[in-house]
Amino acid sequence: MVAKIFLFLSLSMAMVYASGALEGEVEQQPLNMSAIVMFLLFVGGTLGITYWAAKRTKTAKDFYTAGGGITGFQNGMAIAGDYMSAASFLGISGLVYLKGYDGLIYSIGFLVGWPIILFLVAEQLRNLGKYTFADVASYRLRQTPIRSLAASGSIATVILYLIAQMVGSGKLIQLLFGLQYEVAVILVGVLMILYVTFGGMLATTWVQIIKAFLLLSGATFMAIAVMAHFDFSFGSLFATATEMKGIEIMSPGGLVSDPISAISLAIALMFGTAGLPHILMRFFTVGDAKEARKSVFYATGFIGYFYILTFIIGFGAIVMVFKNPEYLDLAKQAVSGGSPILGGNNMAAIHLSHAVGGDFFLGFISAVAFATILAVVSGLTLAGASAVSHDLYASVIKKGKADGMAEMKVSRYATVALGIVAILMGIAFEKQNIAFVVGLAFAIAASANFPILFLSMYWKKLTTRGAVIGGSLGLATAVMLVILGPIVWVQILGNEEAIFPYKYPALFSVSVSFIGIWFFSITDKSDNAAKEIEAYEAQFVRSQTGIGAEGAVDH
Amino acid sequence: MKKEQVEAIKNDPNFQELVTKRSTFAWTLTIAMLVVYFAFILTIAFNPSALGAPLSSDSVTTIGIPIGIFIIVFAFVLTGIYVRRANSEFDDLTAKIKKTAKENE
Repeated sequence: MVAKIFLFLSLSMAMVYASGALEGEVEQQPLNMSAIVMFLLFVGGTLGITYWAAKRTKTAKDFYTAGGGITGFQNGMAIAGDYMSAASFLGISGLVYLKGYDGLIYSIGFLVGWPIILFLVAEQLRNLGKYTFADVASYRLRQTPIRSLAASGSIATVILYLIAQMVGSGKLIQLLFGLQYEVAVILVGVLMILYVTFGGMLATTWVQIIKAFLLLSGATFMAIAVMAHFDFSFGSLFATATEMKGIEIMSPGGLVSDPISAISLAIALMFGTAGLPHILMRFFTVGDAKEARKSVFYATGFIGYFYILTFIIGFGAIVMVFKNPEYLDLAKQAVSGGSPILGGNNMAAIHLSHAVGGDFFLGFISAVAFATILAVVSGLTLAGASAVSHDLYASVIKKGKADGMAEMKVSRYATVALGIVAILMGIAFEKQNIAFVVGLAFAIAASANFPILFLSMYWKKLTTRGAVIGGSLGLATAVMLVILGPIVWVQILGNEEAIFPYKYPALFSVSVSFIGIWFFSITDKSDNAAKEIEAYEAQFVRSQTGIGAEGAVDH
Repeated sequence: MKKEQVEAIKNDPNFQELVTKRSTFAWTLTIAMLVVYFAFILTIAFNPSALGAPLSSDSVTTIGIPIGIFIIVFAFVLTGIYVRRANSEFDDLTAKIKKTAKENE
């Protein structure tokens, strides 16, 4: 018995852009018992971990960085988990299902930022920072203005990302589990608050590791099942797929057409990844620079492997789900023709799990998708709460004189507050077109967070004035160009033509940011600027050698 | 860190060797990654049909598929190359620098 589903997905580029979301109306599904049982097992297990972690979370350092005692391998898995959100699993496999090769182009864009983070950022970040990336950016600059700006950038990125995740999760859960949208959103919010407030970074990291393991195992099983169907021959998989959907799916199909968009997207993905606060924060959970390096090595391996799996899964879905009467959306077909699948293209991987493993495996993959959302929102919330407590409360308001316990208390309050904001936003944005939201989060991370962080490490002449003015200009440009661009200006506000013609503003906003920082730094002749430039030497020595860096605590 | 200590470390030949070697290595690998990725993305922007050429006359698999998979593997291998050298050579140099710094305290 299959209920009618009206899910009109607008699979726009920005949606798949990172961890987009499901959109449009979703009709509730009947309760899916095997999925619910498996999900309850996951929740029970992770709450157990949270209890265990809560007993080990005694100081602010435990809360923010799990005491700095996570190994490189564990952290690599957790980073990969942060990156493999439910929407990147469903969105990229759905894009491969829809467009074939274009899905691979996206995956590659998401991956190539990682080696660069390793070569240029990871060790320096670990050697200079304590809890947040603002520690590094403000290392030799004035605390109050730099922390305020970095915290604004972090909180903006986190909230935008949270909106996308909450709306996507509400719809996904409604579709997979048959729960009401509001119930689903509140459930996600409450569980996330529990994980983060009680278990801090230790619980968040382990939830992420377990989920990454489950997701990789499930995706591996699906990919093997698909390949077994074709005697492990890619040639015959592709041959069958092209018989179903035509030869075009084997070559680039115009998702990235003009050079400006191509370069702008590349910059957004690379610099955006290196400016995401919840990812940067993970580098403080390991003991030293050596473990920080190893984490990126493992993370790159897991993420690359995962993208190869989603490519196989997408093609598997073309063969096994497309035109399969079991997954055909008859109601939608009657209106618009073609062979639409139930729940839209982003459900391709979910239907494939049913095609290869029956109800039981469908339940497993649904539960994993839910677990993925929980883990990702927890990591985001922790990063947002740290920006509030460590950057704004301890450094800006208390001028660095807050004691650890008070700071930890503030971050717990901030977690609850962010959780409530996420629930309310999730409900408020249910029927909105949120395709631009993750694109905006990446643009802000690339234009405000990354340039300040990068130049604070590598450019001696950076001054507070330059960083604040340039970073703010980058932030403002990113927000403005997204509003004036095709998605918000035309699709949401209903104007005829976009004032800014490109979907990705990063090429322009990142340039504005770098040029602004450069210009307002070199023209800064104040005494303060001279001191900041002089302080670069000591910072450089520490960033290169780790002498004086934060160590791990033993438990 | 005190000013004298910073100066002493900066003048340590091991430190200078570490900084030169590591930054040359890191930037070389960064440029290698950027060249490969931008060659790929600009081919898609300017001449997408180049990636749509079939591997052989009787195959539907296009050259773009192995190239795409190659870039994913290439990114991973580059991180492996960096970590291998950094965890041995660069960490040894760092250990020496720290030892000298401690002796001078």
